[in-house]
Amino acid sequence: MSNTNENSTETAFADDALRDTVRKWLADNWDPALRGQMPGTEQHRAWLAKVVDARWAATRWPVQWYGREFNDTQARIVEKEFARVGAFGTAQDRTNLWVNTALAYGNDRFKETFIAALLKNEIAMCLLYSEPGAGSDLAGIRTRAERVGDEFVVNGSKVWTSGAMTADYGMLIARTDWDVPKHAGISFFFLPMKQAGVEVRPLRQITDESHFNQVFITDARLPADNLLGTLNSGWRVLQTALAYERSVMGEGARGPRSGVASPTRSGEEELIALAREAGALHDPVIRQDIARVIAYKKLNALNTARAKAELAQGTSSPIMSLGKLAMSRILHEEARLRTAMLAAESLLEGSAFPRAEDANFLTLNAYFTSIGGGTDQIQRNIIGERVLGLPKEPEVDRDVPFREVRGAVVQQR
Amino acid sequence: MHTLGVDERSALQNALQRLLADHSTEAHVRETMTTTSGYDVSLWQKLAEMGITGLLIDEQHGGAGAGPVEIEMVMEEAGAALLCSPLLASSVLAAGVLQTLDDADARTRLLPGIANGSCIASVALTGVHGTWTEAGVEVQATQSGDTWALQGTASYVIHGQNAQLLLVVARTAQGMAVFEVDPASAGISMSPLPTFDHTLRLARIEFSSVPARLIGSNSNTWSAVEQALNLARVALAGEQAGGARKMLEITIEYAKQRVQFGRAIGSFQAIKHMAADLLLESESATSAARHAAQALADGANDADSAVTLAAFACADAFNTVTATSVQMHGGIAFTWEHPAHLYLRRARADAQLFGTSGFYRERYVQQLGG
Repeated sequence: MSNTNENSTETAFADDALRDTVRKWLADNWDPALRGQMPGTEQHRAWLAKVVDARWAATRWPVQWYGREFNDTQARIVEKEFARVGAFGTAQDRTNLWVNTALAYGNDRFKETFIAALLKNEIAMCLLYSEPGAGSDLAGIRTRAERVGDEFVVNGSKVWTSGAMTADYGMLIARTDWDVPKHAGISFFFLPMKQAGVEVRPLRQITDESHFNQVFITDARLPADNLLGTLNSGWRVLQTALAYERSVMGEGARGPRSGVASPTRSGEEELIALAREAGALHDPVIRQDIARVIAYKKLNALNTARAKAELAQGTSSPIMSLGKLAMSRILHEEARLRTAMLAAESLLEGSAFPRAEDANFLTLNAYFTSIGGGTDQIQRNIIGERVLGLPKEPEVDRDVPFREVRGAVVQQR
Repeated sequence: MHTLGVDERSALQNALQRLLADHSTEAHVRETMTTTSGYDVSLWQKLAEMGITGLLIDEQHGGAGAGPVEIEMVMEEAGAALLCSPLLASSVLAAGVLQTLDDADARTRLLPGIANGSCIASVALTGVHGTWTEAGVEVQATQSGDTWALQGTASYVIHGQNAQLLLVVARTAQGMAVFEVDPASAGISMSPLPTFDHTLRLARIEFSSVPARLIGSNSNTWSAVEQALNLARVALAGEQAGGARKMLEITIEYAKQRVQFGRAIGSFQAIKHMAADLLLESESATSAARHAAQALADGANDADSAVTLAAFACADAFNTVTATSVQMHGGIAFTWEHPAHLYLRRARADAQLFGTSGFYRERYVQQLGG
């Protein structure tokens, strides 16, 4: 008993000391002018380098890889102090998708080359997962990687890649064995993007924006050390990477782009004000719909808050997986409501008609959420199977060598 | 308002779960719903012993001194088990009205009986048009000397036929007021109404020069009634959330067991997608009901709109979950013997009590400034 007390007192002392140390370091080094600095600038990178060299970037990690082998409580103390002054660069052991994947699966030579550079954001990255023929069924990829000497040679095409124009490397999944079932023949690589065999072309979206690219890969090369995990274990590596991605994302989708929306108005007030401006607030049908849409938003916020509270108490919550479905419904329904409020005005577009711009943009961009990151239909399968425990759909291609799967070899040379 | 400690609350929840597992099984519910009173006196006694009939009543009047958070939790369990009881009428609405009105004497006289379950009380408020609003009140009270007399009709009075005490909301020359009435008084005509939800009891009550005792003052009492209604709305939202969750659970279990085309039907995406959507409904209802209870307990600024949101969100969710669950089951749930229709009937009834979803959505927009 006394032992435990002593230990917890000691821990408390150590925590206080740590807090003071971080606080002092930040007082000596952090320049508040850096607050809100965009990633990719010189100043941003210089600060990150400082954080990494002082070993605050990934405190839970081994000392060998710029960490301090902190437990979660200690790491949170560091993160809290950074947050207190608005400093960035810590908590990368929780939030930096690229460097976490690299640390978990790279060999030592790979890690020597990449870990520090990724922590310091000296390398720009992109994701090379989806293909024109592999969307919902990601394991059906047909981009191939073949070992030639100390290198792999890659051929194929990737799509929905953001940041591909500026990326130095892409995290790539490619097929390395065609004679085993689809999940078993995939490997995970870091592909250098700045080479002749990699051509990036922007995709034009239905919103007339271009946030994504298609990447054409023709005899592109990568060193064998850039294989993460073992050959053909890429599906497992991908699951780790996707888990990091999901834990970091899950933030809300984009709102209107016109700038008409006032940042001081809450979501509720926004819709009611819009209805008033559009002369639709008296319409009882519109009023019912306003209540419905605001309720969807509010319920989603309440669900998220409850899930967080349950997680904090140590019980896992099924609610998190529902957020995407909820958000899709909110976006589509809000777009429908805004259109209904505007009626004929929604026929128009352009900067002279910002309300119409918003309604029409939201209508189209709602699909970004209901299709992107896995369609709502795939998400419903996941909820049905993983949350509710319903049996999986039989899969005709599960135990068949990929070469024999329908559609697998359509585009092969 | 008060709340219990976390441990006390979870002890109460466990005890109630055990009680309902033993005494409010589907067989019990089916038996009870065919009786005239529509509730099981011995189970009511057990609920009283557990402190549930007096949950919202303060300790000095024999209650547990708990608040919205606890009643919401209790009603989630009651909803899951389709409990047949006058809990909502007596322990929530009537107790709520008495506790909000400024009349210490009435509280001392009436609350202990409600708390220990020996007196079932009901609030007669709604007129024949069935709106739980000030405008919907159809009973008139007239004063002559020190005595009051009631005239008119109240309908949709929950468990009115089982009440030993009626709290009647009536119009006076000065405004709305609440009156204590003995249901055995001369001039009262009590007509039980046949209900679509067989686990519910409703009555229509005609008052013809019925002597009544004024509780509190006879001006500005509507806000007290509204406060009690908010408690009842939170309790009902809990019942709906609990019912929705249980119905979904039954449906998922069936989808795992039922085999067609050589597969459990739950493996078909047609079923799986419905199930995922219902989970969102049911979890959202739970969040809404619990949030409303907490907001009311905290006296939060947005408590009124939180209650309104829960009122329509939980009503709609319970309706959607039960209606869709019948479809997911297929033929088996079209039979009388299957419990799905019991939940569906309860959902349809709950969606009307205290106001429709449409009414609440309109009120929500108004509360948010529209």
